[in-house]
Amino acid sequence: MRINRKEAWQSFLLVAPSVALIAVFVYGFIGWTARVSLSEWKGLLPDYTWAGFSNFAELLADPRFMIDVRNTVLFTVFFVGGSLALGLGLAICLDQGLRGEGIFRAIYLFPMALSFIVTGVVWRWLMNPAMGSRLSGLNLLFHNLGLDFLINEWHTTPFWGIIAIALPAVWQMSGFCVAMYLAGLRAIPDELIESARVDGASEFQVYSTIVLPILRPVTFSSMIILGHMSLKVFDLIMAVGGKQIPLDVPAMYMWQVTFEGLFYGKGAAIGLLLLLSVAVLIIPYIIYTLRGETEL
Amino acid sequence: MSRKHRYGFYIPLLAGAVFYLLPVYVMLVTGFKGFEEVSLKTMWDLPTTLHVDNFVEAFNKLSPYLMNSLNMVLPTAVIAAVLGSLNGYVLAKWKFKGADIIFPLILFGIFIPYQSVLIPLVELMRSINLYGGLPGLMLAHVIYGIPITTLTFRNYYATIPKDILEAAKMDGAGILGIYWYIMRPLSVTTFVVVLIWQFTQAWNDFLFAVVLTNPANWPITVALNNIAGSQVIAWNLQMAGSLLAALPTLIIYIFLGQYFVRGMMAGALK
Amino acid sequence: MNLRRRLASTLLAAALLAPLVLTACGTPVMLSQQPDLNGPTPLPPDADQVEVFSWWTGGGEAAGLDAMIAVFNRKYPDIIFINAAVAGGAGTNARAVLSTRLQSGNPPDSWQGHAGQELIGTYVKAGQLEPLNFLYEKNGWLWVMPKNLIPLISQDGKIYCVPVNIHRSNVLWYNPAILEKYNIPVPKTMDDWFAAMDALKAAGMKYPLALGEQWTVMHLMETVLLSVLGHEQYARLWTGELDWEGDEVRVALELFSKLLTYANSDAPSLSWQDASQLVTNGDAAFNVMGDWAEGYYKELKMTPHQDFGWTPVPGTAGTFQFLSDSFVLPVEAPHREAAIAWLTLAGSKEGQDAFNPVKGSIPARNDADRSLYDEYLQSAMNDWITNKIVGSLTHGVVANDSWKTDINTALGLFLANKDIAVFQRELGRACMTSGPCVQGKGQHAH
Repeated sequence: MRINRKEAWQSFLLVAPSVALIAVFVYGFIGWTARVSLSEWKGLLPDYTWAGFSNFAELLADPRFMIDVRNTVLFTVFFVGGSLALGLGLAICLDQGLRGEGIFRAIYLFPMALSFIVTGVVWRWLMNPAMGSRLSGLNLLFHNLGLDFLINEWHTTPFWGIIAIALPAVWQMSGFCVAMYLAGLRAIPDELIESARVDGASEFQVYSTIVLPILRPVTFSSMIILGHMSLKVFDLIMAVGGKQIPLDVPAMYMWQVTFEGLFYGKGAAIGLLLLLSVAVLIIPYIIYTLRGETEL
Repeated sequence: MSRKHRYGFYIPLLAGAVFYLLPVYVMLVTGFKGFEEVSLKTMWDLPTTLHVDNFVEAFNKLSPYLMNSLNMVLPTAVIAAVLGSLNGYVLAKWKFKGADIIFPLILFGIFIPYQSVLIPLVELMRSINLYGGLPGLMLAHVIYGIPITTLTFRNYYATIPKDILEAAKMDGAGILGIYWYIMRPLSVTTFVVVLIWQFTQAWNDFLFAVVLTNPANWPITVALNNIAGSQVIAWNLQMAGSLLAALPTLIIYIFLGQYFVRGMMAGALK
Repeated sequence: MNLRRRLASTLLAAALLAPLVLTACGTPVMLSQQPDLNGPTPLPPDADQVEVFSWWTGGGEAAGLDAMIAVFNRKYPDIIFINAAVAGGAGTNARAVLSTRLQSGNPPDSWQGHAGQELIGTYVKAGQLEPLNFLYEKNGWLWVMPKNLIPLISQDGKIYCVPVNIHRSNVLWYNPAILEKYNIPVPKTMDDWFAAMDALKAAGMKYPLALGEQWTVMHLMETVLLSVLGHEQYARLWTGELDWEGDEVRVALELFSKLLTYANSDAPSLSWQDASQLVTNGDAAFNVMGDWAEGYYKELKMTPHQDFGWTPVPGTAGTFQFLSDSFVLPVEAPHREAAIAWLTLAGSKEGQDAFNPVKGSIPARNDADRSLYDEYLQSAMNDWITNKIVGSLTHGVVANDSWKTDINTALGLFLANKDIAVFQRELGRACMTSGPCVQGKGQHAH
């Protein structure tokens, strides 16, 4: 839409408060973090002695940080992918206008209402990896249902353990994806779908060629929301898996070096690397999405 | 689609419900157990006697902080939603010069790791005299909520055909008029989703709450976390408390859920 | 549309009402209606008060703190006690809160910390704490606290904290019924212990040693280091006089590594409580844990000698590896006099005897009323007075936090790759980057 000078000013004024707050609380703080990451600050008191990029160099040579990067990638893929798939599937089912929709919606959202501190513990119990006579949690349930082939070591599985941690995260957040997709589905005019059906499109075609493309912005929003959670995931892993290296993630490492070890410079460097990697991955995607948007 | 066909959808819906409720079942039975009854081996078993006293004790520990949470969360959710909807509206439909830069910049803000900004955050809040009380905590939640609410609204508003706006403009409506009479009513479900998000985030937040407020203003999550000690942890009490603390959120979900009604938008778009 | 209008009006109402509720809450009227118990207490700004920060919020620790607060309120009725306890232990939430408060120049009047390097290497180093020698002299504490405790809480002759309680970390908990069944004596040496566990393995018990998440593994490691090195050499590890990369440490790490092969494979997913239960359940025979485990067993209604037994970790008899919760006086305490009143109570016999029986620990003072304590605690009191005293690593006595974090990372990588040589090298490096070891020199100072 073409806008004139006055409208441009008015619209800018509407976003100005948010922009000002974000400028200080996000970019100001990023600047502070960047400064700390280039300092030697270690210990309780601030020490801004210039350290150059030594904190970063140390991290890039750090085997623990390498494990963190790998874990973050695996976790993000399974958490975001799982939540989106489950969210879309259940939203489509809910959108059929069946009786009891409200109850299902509330049930699906309920995990989000529960605090991570406690649900993490429940999942630790559920995913208990003990075998033999000490079988418990989901493994015990599988055993009693005769599904012994499903019994596994969950998050203590070597190498792939981090994927098991994605399960509680999917449990917690997929309900929100259901809500997002449901809102998106409900915004699609009925006539659009009806006319496609009249034209003889199969249900599958209706969804794949009409509904999904319309839902693309919803998927995009959900991916960003879930993605930012997965990069910061920390209390969930701490509660389910405890602080152990095979399940380590950058946010946990950052927490430990900053608040337990008081290596503020190093902690800030981890935070900044996290942000930079996000920037490299996300900003091109955002720009691509914005460009691809045709104005309706 | 035939009715019979549609009933088939109950199968995945019920399977989903089992998946979401299984851990809740464990929390519920554990919440009713006595301390010495809680063990890994018997996690699926029903309690031998119903220890309602867990819930009473948890309630007594949590209730003084309930009002703090409510007072903080309701305005936070509404303000963040309103700001996000204004931002989203402008950034989707009134793309002034630079708007396409502002949006990614706001959006990028959600990736800031909260743990690494705690120190400047506390210092800033102290310098503007908002440390210790609820307004400071609310401010933090609103600010760090803006990126997500903006994103959600912008992406929704982007799907609304511009013909509608142009018609309204021809009729003499200004920026705010179009927002109030056209965009706002169209985005009811988006408001619901965003409010659910903001309410939940602020209600369940622990990190900001514990560093930004003093004991008199602690929200319920800090009290919930405090039910556990550092050495012996009474899981039965924790589970009971956690279920109690989740109730207001659940009520909000149910209350807002009624606005997820099909056809509302469709009617408006005609 | 009706629905739309309803939502709009709800939102509007909420937005309008919220500030009202908020301002209403700000007035004392509303606050005074809230229950007093554990709840937020409103305060006139100029009242004489003391804000004490700790991580004692649940179970026996909170009850113990409440008992001590009750004594405080009786003795100092004019001072309002603000209990700013945040759960989460030394390393987690409580720590972040304290850090941000100190960074922004807003310390509580007193806070809890593990006695030893956790306080000295962090807060004393940053000049945040006031020496407390004057309190020790005034109250005669130097006479009632064990002599070899004082150096561990001092720096350059200045004492920096008031220890309230003492826990022992080198305790081996065992299942008496299982040992009896297989005719296994309670192990006294490392060799005994391995023989016992081999016998149990042969009898079909796959994992005789119960272990939990990573900090419990570090806890086990510190007791093995003590057992193999002996108390003198163990102490020299933390002053940089004993070579971390030398043969003695290597032998200890090899035994530690061998011990891990007897432990349950699901250890990372178990809390220390879960691991303790494995012993009483009969799923495992042994567990090394601090003596708070005794308090936990008691809460589980277990009977000593029947459901659980205890002995010093093999090879460490005669040495008491301790940790202690203590309180400090910050340099910028907002209410210094009130804080001193609190510290005086925390160090007094009355305060310690109110706190410890409930918490399940022994007092730091050696003149406590023994009749208040149970059988285990009485035995610990004897040992505290008669044994050699060394500090715990896991619980903040011997290493500053940076050093401990480095050791923890090295241990975590070791648990993943089981490479002793790399582990030892990393431990040596940790001592140099964050401990007292000096490159090329401190290594062989002895």
